[in-house]
Amino acid sequence: MSLSPDEVRKVAELARLEISDAEVDTIARQLNAIVDYINQLQQVSTDGVEPLAHALDLHDVFREDLPGESLTEDEALANAPARKGNFYSVPAVFGD
Amino acid sequence: MLDLTATELLQRQANGDSSAESITQTFLAQFRQHDSRIRAFLHVDEADAIEQAKAIDAKRKGGESLGKLAGIPVAVKDVLCTKGRRTTCGSKILQNFVPPYDAHVITKLKEADAILIGKTNCDEFAMGSSTENSAYQTTRNPWDLERTPGGSSGGSAASVAASQAPLALGTDTGGSIRQPASLCGIVGMKPSYGRVSRFGLIAYGSSLDQVGPFAQDVRDAALLLEVIAGHDPRDSTCVNTPVPPYTAMLDEPIKPLTIGVAKQFFGKGLDSEVEQAVRSALKVYEGQGAKIKDISLPHSPYAVAVYYLVATAEASSNLARYDGVHFGHRTEKFAGLIDMVKKSRGEGFGAEVKRRIMLGTYALSSGYIDAYYLKALKVRRLIRQDFDQAFAQCDVVMGPTSPTAAFKIGEKADDPLAMYLSDIYTISANLAGICGISIPCGFTKSGLPIGLQILGGPFAEEKLLRVARLHERETDWHKRRPAL
Repeated sequence: MSLSPDEVRKVAELARLEISDAEVDTIARQLNAIVDYINQLQQVSTDGVEPLAHALDLHDVFREDLPGESLTEDEALANAPARKGNFYSVPAVFGD
Repeated sequence: MLDLTATELLQRQANGDSSAESITQTFLAQFRQHDSRIRAFLHVDEADAIEQAKAIDAKRKGGESLGKLAGIPVAVKDVLCTKGRRTTCGSKILQNFVPPYDAHVITKLKEADAILIGKTNCDEFAMGSSTENSAYQTTRNPWDLERTPGGSSGGSAASVAASQAPLALGTDTGGSIRQPASLCGIVGMKPSYGRVSRFGLIAYGSSLDQVGPFAQDVRDAALLLEVIAGHDPRDSTCVNTPVPPYTAMLDEPIKPLTIGVAKQFFGKGLDSEVEQAVRSALKVYEGQGAKIKDISLPHSPYAVAVYYLVATAEASSNLARYDGVHFGHRTEKFAGLIDMVKKSRGEGFGAEVKRRIMLGTYALSSGYIDAYYLKALKVRRLIRQDFDQAFAQCDVVMGPTSPTAAFKIGEKADDPLAMYLSDIYTISANLAGICGISIPCGFTKSGLPIGLQILGGPFAEEKLLRVARLHERETDWHKRRPAL
């Protein structure tokens, strides 16, 4: 199993990560070394073993539905790279 | 005063021999004198720290009741949100991020009247084992400035080892507290998953991340854990079970004590000096009446492989929030929304973060999720079952924290896999959700510290600390300080 440069570009696209052509080969080489290492897991027999997503025996944790203090609009927007009024500002989503 | 533990500094204040202000001034002076070489801290606001200390002294003077860490400076890893104070995660993408709230553990420190002395350097988003992945600076090991302090909480570990703070908070996703504690010759502890709230801890691997203490000795680590542990409704994985008073019974040895030693922790790649120091530590326990039992953790050799699928899969989801919209870096020139997101992330993230996002995205992508991600979660259960069986036969499991002492800066920088393998003994505890601690147990001939890792079952922190304390009472490795 090995990732081709094209597959690396595809994964970068899925991850919404711009990588330069110069980076593609390095990343492919490094990811392939890691994937080779990870492939040893295929040697482990896991028939009938349930996946373990986390270590706690907790499911559906609820709390009382009570109103509490929230951030103000200005606090919530304070770190926004761009804002318009009380909204986050982004370039047009539709078009081009 | 720099050699005193937090416990001793509390006593000095109670006796009227020191004030919070004089203590804070002393540690700030140490910071000014040495941090230009060690580079443990990213942000220190000296005037603010002094203000905090003066407020504690005024409270004491006014006869008000004081918290458990009154007047004690605590350094905090820069992945924990501090309201109104920059929190960067060691990343360019959060260069100007100022959180609108405090992490739960920060609230706990404030309630305990601790002094927040500064934010410490770390690998970007806690991804790394040497602190070299910080976008800002490389932290040096106080024992040898050519070497790394370990990581990812290398700044916190170095700050305590260099007496720039008596206590520090780190986070541990695969060993990021225990490994730097080991490499810096101090105590570092990862609590059980669910013991400490992750609210306000900027997420890396959500099913693995835990906040924990760094200290000069086990008593101080127990004290800091006592302050930060406990239920928080804002983290649904933070359990609602009582926090035992960890310091109360600390000097009571566990009797009888059975120590499990797994052959998998003494295999190929373990440095002989490290092995020797760990075997000597086991002898110390035997001398105190402990029984050593050979056990097996047959799936632990797969822990690194499992981790680099589980942690990266979680990271790829968690780091999707850095999109140049809500907070963080936004690129200047772009053509449309998607291009803005891609360029912002491409510019803001460093190489290791990109690598892990890519690996995680790949492991979760259509056609690979069963073979990689789900397979890893199944082996994860087998790793947990190994520990369940081990703790049915013994109280704790012991071994080396890291296969080698501190390695040189740059030594593993171009070989991600070699870097990952430096966490080979610590990672399985995160996957299993159990607790672990690293305590000093010796030095190499060249004078580098060596750590003993002790692992305990889920929520067995009290037992773990008492076992760790027993070694500390019989040895003085923890009292050695680097010549700065």
